[in-house]
Amino acid sequence: MKVLVTAKRVVDYNVNIRVLSDNTGVDLNNVKMSVNPFDEIAIEEAVRLKEAGAAEEVIVVSIGPKACSEQIRTALALGADRGILVETDEDMQPLAIAKLLAALVAKEQPGLVITGKQAIDGDNSQTGQMLAALAGMSQATFASEIELGDDTATVTREVDGGFQTITVKLPAVVTTDLRLNEPRYASLPNIMKAKKKQVDVYTPEDLGVDVTPRVKTLKVMPPAERQAGIIVESVEELVDKLRNEAKVIS
Amino acid sequence: MSILVVAEHDNESIKSATLVAVAAAAAIGGDIEVLVAGANCGAAAEAAAKIAGVSKVLVADHDVYGHALAENIADLIVEIGKNYSHILAVTTTSGKNYMPRVAALMDVQQISDISGVVSEDTFERPIYAGNAIATVQTSDAIKVLTVRGTAFDPVAAEGGSATVETLDIVKDAGLSTWVKDEIAKLERPELTAASIIISGGRGMQNGENFALLESVADKLGAAIGASRAAVDAGFVPNDMQVGQTGKIVAPDLYIAVGISGAIQHLAGMKDSKVIVAINKDEDAPIFQVADYGLVADLFKAIPEFDALLEG
Repeated sequence: MKVLVTAKRVVDYNVNIRVLSDNTGVDLNNVKMSVNPFDEIAIEEAVRLKEAGAAEEVIVVSIGPKACSEQIRTALALGADRGILVETDEDMQPLAIAKLLAALVAKEQPGLVITGKQAIDGDNSQTGQMLAALAGMSQATFASEIELGDDTATVTREVDGGFQTITVKLPAVVTTDLRLNEPRYASLPNIMKAKKKQVDVYTPEDLGVDVTPRVKTLKVMPPAERQAGIIVESVEELVDKLRNEAKVIS
Repeated sequence: MSILVVAEHDNESIKSATLVAVAAAAAIGGDIEVLVAGANCGAAAEAAAKIAGVSKVLVADHDVYGHALAENIADLIVEIGKNYSHILAVTTTSGKNYMPRVAALMDVQQISDISGVVSEDTFERPIYAGNAIATVQTSDAIKVLTVRGTAFDPVAAEGGSATVETLDIVKDAGLSTWVKDEIAKLERPELTAASIIISGGRGMQNGENFALLESVADKLGAAIGASRAAVDAGFVPNDMQVGQTGKIVAPDLYIAVGISGAIQHLAGMKDSKVIVAINKDEDAPIFQVADYGLVADLFKAIPEFDALLEG
């Protein structure tokens, strides 16, 4: 079975986000870019399936500008076998990304697709579900455990209030939550080996997908600043303030 | 314009999150209809008919909708969705599960987690874990939206008198089956519905010490939350997590105990009306968002706080 995983190029989670002064977006100049952390978990899960003998090949896809090949190399160094870059400078939105992935699914026929539950830039949480819909596949979102059967997967999902377990028919799309696994670090020999692995490059036109954005960003603003309040000197003063000033306790 | 709100419910009653989605629909403006899809969900449908501002409730009552499996719910919504200008659900784990599927099947670019309505096609939403707010405009004819649960004041649960219409649509995609739910039993209010929340962080040191917070919570009628650090350290289960990757909350009072205030935690609670921080590290970033800060050892301060509440 082939497993297809995604590696979105996003601003590293350690970077402090700064909104541009002209309010057209956030500052991406000279900012460290990384694989979306939820996608890293997807890659790790796929590699573990391969190591356990449940998957034969792990294919990693990244969609965006040429520089996304860095994220593909990272995934290859972590153990993915082969990469696909869909190169475009268009502002890519989840529906268009899902259509490109659906075209690749038709080409590669993976038994399982694993994506991050969301990317930490747009926070949309749409791509995996949209791909499942377009490819007519089952879906299991926010997975904290995946157990592969012959033609099904049993997935434990993190839901409000606890967990839900469902069984989905393969091929399926699974999106990862934080507790699914802890991704490994790439070793130096594996980083060197990754450089020799095959990466195919397509354009959206090659795949017959119209990626014209449907949604236009009019402006991007910093969030409303919350003013720091006061430091109280004692528990007594705190209770007094909450009762008589803020009036939030009785 | 006619707006469809997909209800969040447990078959017996309507979850308060639904009232937030109806509020967002009211902000867009138009005739508001609510879909209740479930199994033996008649009581929930009756409750939905009482929500202020709702003109019609559509009920799809069948086993195939019993566990809100995304494939079946999405197919149902797509079937009736063409009649509406907007389709809304709340940004909960179930809304996040089926709505993108609905959007893709209708060839719509969904707008996730809206925090504001500018006009019928223009919305505000947080990006980068709430570190920026984008105003976005869609060109899609039908708007598929999820609504941030803390961003709108819920409409009244009572006072409406909507008509109830039964839908005879059974969609069984046959792609997935429900196995089990493991929902933590709650003796206290749910985090996303509580008006007071007391949360513990890494400073609690272990899970047993959360008993200190329980006593306070019982007196205040509060829910108990936790930071990601406390969850990752194994002190408490993950459904208690407040933050960008956990629950987004906005109670009247949020008490952060032994929580340093990482960006990812702040993103989940900084819309609270009053924030209290108790931490022994005076440089903890949590103090920058707190209305009332107390620099103290929580193991002394919390029992004192608890004792004063009795008086």
